[in-house]
Amino acid sequence: MCNDPDVAPEIPDNQLLVSRRDAMIASVAVVAASHFAASARAQTGPRQAALPVSVDQALIIRTSINGQTLEIRIDARTSLLDLLRERLALTGAKKGCDHGQCGACTVHIDGRRVASCLTLAGKVDGREVLTIEGLAGGDTLHPMQQAFIDHDALQCGYCTPGQIMAAVACVAEGNATSRERIREYMSGNICRCGAYVGIVAAIEDAAAKMGRG
Amino acid sequence: MRPFTYIRPATPQEAVGAFAEAGEGARFIAGGTTLYDLMKLTIERPAHLIDVTAVRGLDRIEMDGDRLRFGANAAMSAVAGDPTIGRDYPVLSEALWKAASQQLRNMATVGGNLLQRTRCMYFRNGGGGIYPCNKREPGSGCAAIGGLDRGQAVLGTSEACTAVSPGDWPVALVAMDASIEVLGPAGSRSLPVGDLYRLPGDTPHLEFTLGPGEMITAITVPKTPAGRLSTYHKIRDRESYAFALTSAAVALEMSGDRVEGARIALGGVATRPWRASEAEEVLIGHLLTPELALAAGQAAFRDARPGRHNSFKTELGARTITDALIIAAGRGRT
Repeated sequence: MCNDPDVAPEIPDNQLLVSRRDAMIASVAVVAASHFAASARAQTGPRQAALPVSVDQALIIRTSINGQTLEIRIDARTSLLDLLRERLALTGAKKGCDHGQCGACTVHIDGRRVASCLTLAGKVDGREVLTIEGLAGGDTLHPMQQAFIDHDALQCGYCTPGQIMAAVACVAEGNATSRERIREYMSGNICRCGAYVGIVAAIEDAAAKMGRG
Repeated sequence: MRPFTYIRPATPQEAVGAFAEAGEGARFIAGGTTLYDLMKLTIERPAHLIDVTAVRGLDRIEMDGDRLRFGANAAMSAVAGDPTIGRDYPVLSEALWKAASQQLRNMATVGGNLLQRTRCMYFRNGGGGIYPCNKREPGSGCAAIGGLDRGQAVLGTSEACTAVSPGDWPVALVAMDASIEVLGPAGSRSLPVGDLYRLPGDTPHLEFTLGPGEMITAITVPKTPAGRLSTYHKIRDRESYAFALTSAAVALEMSGDRVEGARIALGGVATRPWRASEAEEVLIGHLLTPELALAAGQAAFRDARPGRHNSFKTELGARTITDALIIAAGRGRT
């Protein structure tokens, strides 16, 4: 696991790395199968299979992720979520539905919350991405992270990184001013464990603390 | 997903030029919340994407003169959160903030939203050819007709398609007589938002009237005092973050309790954003009572053609209009 682009393997000009899911969808069954095996053998490396696309179906993006600048060559099909998880090993943002319906993949771009699964990675060229991994200040948790712990705002935890990123934005937008408003503006984040009571309480608590700075 | 080329032009002219140069399989993409989603389902298979979100100056919200003007790239969240729009045109604001989630509203643009495609589950689930769909594969048939049609349209349907036009924002714009500005290979033109949408007829795969390489650059809404007495009333299976079962965009001009002018458009029930002129006619010149409001709502569904599981939409739709009228009129009394 690494988030250092320098450690990413060399990519030949005519070869780009895409996720196993992309490879599967592309119906290149034989190619995909061989790369499943390859990726299974290399558990410690970036987790993706290679699939050839032409040079003009790829692009180089320069972006900032959690304050770290990055220049990386991507298949144009890559979602921001797959870039984070499969290329950069930032696995905090979760792939729940991959269709913008669950909120588990929520990250911030230039301070605004988005569904990273429906964001083409090419769109973050020249922009700043913040993921759950970049939220805490060193060993000090962000007030929202602490509030989620204090209020038992999770059970299984799968939706939690997305909930917290959405919640931080919800407060910053000024949409955490009442329980009703919090529920409306957090409705894009589904929690199948049903920890909503704790989530709303955590956001109310953190909003007060974030307001005090 | 099929591989594609991807470019981000900086001006509208460059975008239109890039589209023509790209050739077959070219598509404009803005926020991508519909197109990229459908590409993952292999329902959309573009060969070239021209991302218009880097086009400069296309995200302005202007309120000078006698109209509101929204640059096509303005985020849904930006227009929804504008305090002046919220005060003077609640129907526009509510249609936006009651749609999708804040994450998606931050991504999706007010121009791109007009081209959102249907959520008909047979359309979305059939990428592998499991169910026929005339919209996806022309001439293949319609599995929704006679199938699980609870979500399907009751107005504007055809023998070929009953898929609902899914948007909220286009419904509000149709009620407010909005227009779009379009740029294409032959230059610029404008057209009423209502004229952007086709009825399915026997060609449900043709949904919009834009020509090849035409992009929406702005939306304009004539200013009217009816904006203050307006609402977008949306009924869903859950309280938030769901598509409309029924919805009504309503704006009124009142003289006391008498209706001088009424604009009503419907969502969730029709194959395109649906202006309900029959309902408007019932109201004009009369005192607005709950009984009259219900009569107007019922008039809107006089020609409804329900299927097996969606006949509830005629009653629910009529009462959605009724409630919307009462809410809108009430805004004149505060």
